[in-house]
Amino acid sequence: MPPPDPRLQLLHITKRYPSVVANSDVSLTVMPGEIHAILGENGAGKSTLMKIIYGAVKADDGEMMWDGRQVAVANPAQARKLGIGMVFQHFSLFETLSVVENIALVLDEPFDLPALAARVKEVSERYGLPLDPYRSVHSLSVGERQRVEIVRCLLQDPKLLILDEPTSVLTPQAVQKLFETLRRLASEGVSILYISHKLHEIKSLCDSATIMRGGKVTGTAIPRDETPASLARMMIGRELPVCEAPLYTGENRPILEVDRLSLVSDDPFGTTLENISLTVNAGEILGIAGISGNGQAELLAALSGECTGERESIWLAGEAIGHLDAGQRRAKGLVFVPEERLGRGAVPALSLSRNALLTAHRQGMKQWGLVSYRKAKEFAEQCIARFDVRCGGPEAAARSLSGGNLQKFIVGREIMLAPKLMIVAQPTWGVDVGAAAFLRQTLLDLSRTGVAILVISEELEELFEISDRIAVLAAGKLSAAQSKAATNAESVGLQMSGLFNETAQPTESGHAPA
Amino acid sequence: MHLLEPRAQPSQLMRWTAPLIAIVATLLAGSFLFWALDKSPIASFQVFFIEPLTTSYGWSELLIKACPLILIAQGLAIGFKARIYNIGAEGQLIIGALFGGGVAIYFDGSDSAWVIPAMVVAGALGGALWGALPALLKTRFNAEETLTTLMLTYVATFILSYMVNGPWRDPEGMNFPQSIMFGDNALFGILLEGSRVNTSVFITLFAVLAFWLFNARSFLSYQLEVGGQAPAASRYAGFSAKQTVWFSLVISGLTAGLAGVGEVAGPVGQLNLNISPGYGFAAIIVAYLGRLHALGIVLAGCLMALIYLGGEAAQVSLQMPAAITGIFQGMLLFFLLGADAFIDNRLRKPIR
Repeated sequence: MPPPDPRLQLLHITKRYPSVVANSDVSLTVMPGEIHAILGENGAGKSTLMKIIYGAVKADDGEMMWDGRQVAVANPAQARKLGIGMVFQHFSLFETLSVVENIALVLDEPFDLPALAARVKEVSERYGLPLDPYRSVHSLSVGERQRVEIVRCLLQDPKLLILDEPTSVLTPQAVQKLFETLRRLASEGVSILYISHKLHEIKSLCDSATIMRGGKVTGTAIPRDETPASLARMMIGRELPVCEAPLYTGENRPILEVDRLSLVSDDPFGTTLENISLTVNAGEILGIAGISGNGQAELLAALSGECTGERESIWLAGEAIGHLDAGQRRAKGLVFVPEERLGRGAVPALSLSRNALLTAHRQGMKQWGLVSYRKAKEFAEQCIARFDVRCGGPEAAARSLSGGNLQKFIVGREIMLAPKLMIVAQPTWGVDVGAAAFLRQTLLDLSRTGVAILVISEELEELFEISDRIAVLAAGKLSAAQSKAATNAESVGLQMSGLFNETAQPTESGHAPA
Repeated sequence: MHLLEPRAQPSQLMRWTAPLIAIVATLLAGSFLFWALDKSPIASFQVFFIEPLTTSYGWSELLIKACPLILIAQGLAIGFKARIYNIGAEGQLIIGALFGGGVAIYFDGSDSAWVIPAMVVAGALGGALWGALPALLKTRFNAEETLTTLMLTYVATFILSYMVNGPWRDPEGMNFPQSIMFGDNALFGILLEGSRVNTSVFITLFAVLAFWLFNARSFLSYQLEVGGQAPAASRYAGFSAKQTVWFSLVISGLTAGLAGVGEVAGPVGQLNLNISPGYGFAAIIVAYLGRLHALGIVLAGCLMALIYLGGEAAQVSLQMPAAITGIFQGMLLFFLLGADAFIDNRLRKPIR
């Protein structure tokens, strides 16, 4: 019997944008029932390639073969007709509509809502993704929303399912469940293209991998036969950098104390914070794990002062600051690196030297209300040199920098303010591996100089790498912080789904939290 | 389907070229207009844009009209940078004129040298007050300032109408809706013999320099710019959004109020219903045409003044309707907005 035709074959795909070649001579082959990883850093061209397959972007050059025939996919509707489904990293759901209404919206053919609801229920249960078709999307967790997206694809009987960084919003337990579903689909003959930069996931899930760097294919591999280190070498072209956490020998006094902080969110779809208490000491990093949307944004706004509250709920170095606004708190030694770099941490169209002024204006850059732009420029130059920010100089617009370099600039700017307390949200989100390692080491080094650091992150590995203690924020409640040695990813993952120690129930996986 | 998509790196050169493109497009469309009215475009432009500048009197009139436009636009530009859209400068001008004019009427016959300074202060306060009202409404009730400033302009017009028809009507004015003519010490001194140019130009001159310094160097201007471009970054840095609203609206009201005093204590010389030929509205175009830059606004103000003069000349020499001034202002704004749209965006290439 001859081998079957490949499900999908890309031959010499090239896509040029005005300033960058996103894909250069990319070829890959996916067989029916194969789980194929596309591994690469941010900016390696993975997303562009997937959009070409899905018909959202048109390639300049190259061919696409589908079940042995050459095809030209003009738009996503045509891709869906061929049997290609895609789950995007950022969901496109209407929060005020129900699950089944959201699904009905993207169907290309007429539908009958009750019948569709029955099908949604049936398909979702068959693949271990239980969903109530009549629930409103705003009441769903992020993981459940992703199920809606996946079920939406499955209803169209796809032959190829593309998933773009699907686990970034899932707890470790939810990741395992997703993997079970994907393996089941593959066993039924569905091909899966799995985009990720998480090496251990690819090792445990995928049959084969295509590794990309700078828009080119740098190698193919059977992930099972590789080590994370060897995959990383292919992905970034060198050894995976490791962080070192030196011992802190200084004084161990509390810098940030939060005492029973409660906050009702202004946003009707926001999360209400309930009775949050925490302490961050000088010289330590406290990590707060949890999936975004569980009160992270609200907690950050309450700590940074963008949202003010009761005087005695937040203390900085022994002084009550709960009533102070962001500017007043900064004057007392608090600095903050927000998750959104463009638009919050930096003004996109302004130059780096003007963005230095945003928070560094207290460093003697103004006199009688007039700004010394020379001093702002010097500050930016120092920041660029000291934190290895690759850019076109202090006059480059913030938005012209890559995510990693802009993050280095913002973190650097905040460190140069000589803070007592630094709050960092998603420090390495969307940042390449090299810059991420640099940023983590920078935070570690800073903390050992006696600065208290609070890190909120969705990446558990990252938190375990840099934190001294870890707490979990779920549904607006914060668990008690535990030292890194006393906990593990499994236990933190359970807490992320809202099961705190004191209320722990026997869980599906059979593990009791540590 | 969106026809436009954002550009990665908007061109700084095009930001300054756009007003020139708009001017050229206005001239082209104007030619078509003249041609459609059976007038020779060349001869018409001669009347419209050249003849007013062939006499020294013409130049002095240009200065008289440019001054209030420039003064108001400087104040408006501050708010526009912060995306606080005060479009009611006309009303603030009227209230400024009323406050200043009130001082003139109250001290009629006084020979004190302090009448004019008192009028200037009163006019500035009046304009600032009329700007402060929308600021209060926005910060307290979150009322959109584009609506409140415009609506307060109509309120101001009615107050003016009431005052010149009622309490402040000139008893010997044959029932015309106008106040007494102001005495000499309630008028700005004439600067150039034989013209109407007066000492109020120094107010505008001072304002241009002050706003130029403010824009180039002040921390407050930086805060306004950040607040306009990235409100989240402004909150993040701890800048006050309320302060931005108050400052923008009060300062633009203040400059409009000063312009109002400049009119009633200058070329008009009294309070009546025609103290401003729409300077408060035209200044919006001036501010954008001058790219919200203190010196750019000076050039744009002169151009807008020329359109006013040309419009008057066209009425006299070409028997064109008075609306011609408004048409040219409108075309200029239309083409400017059109050109500006392509600075930050480009046409989406059709996907085949």
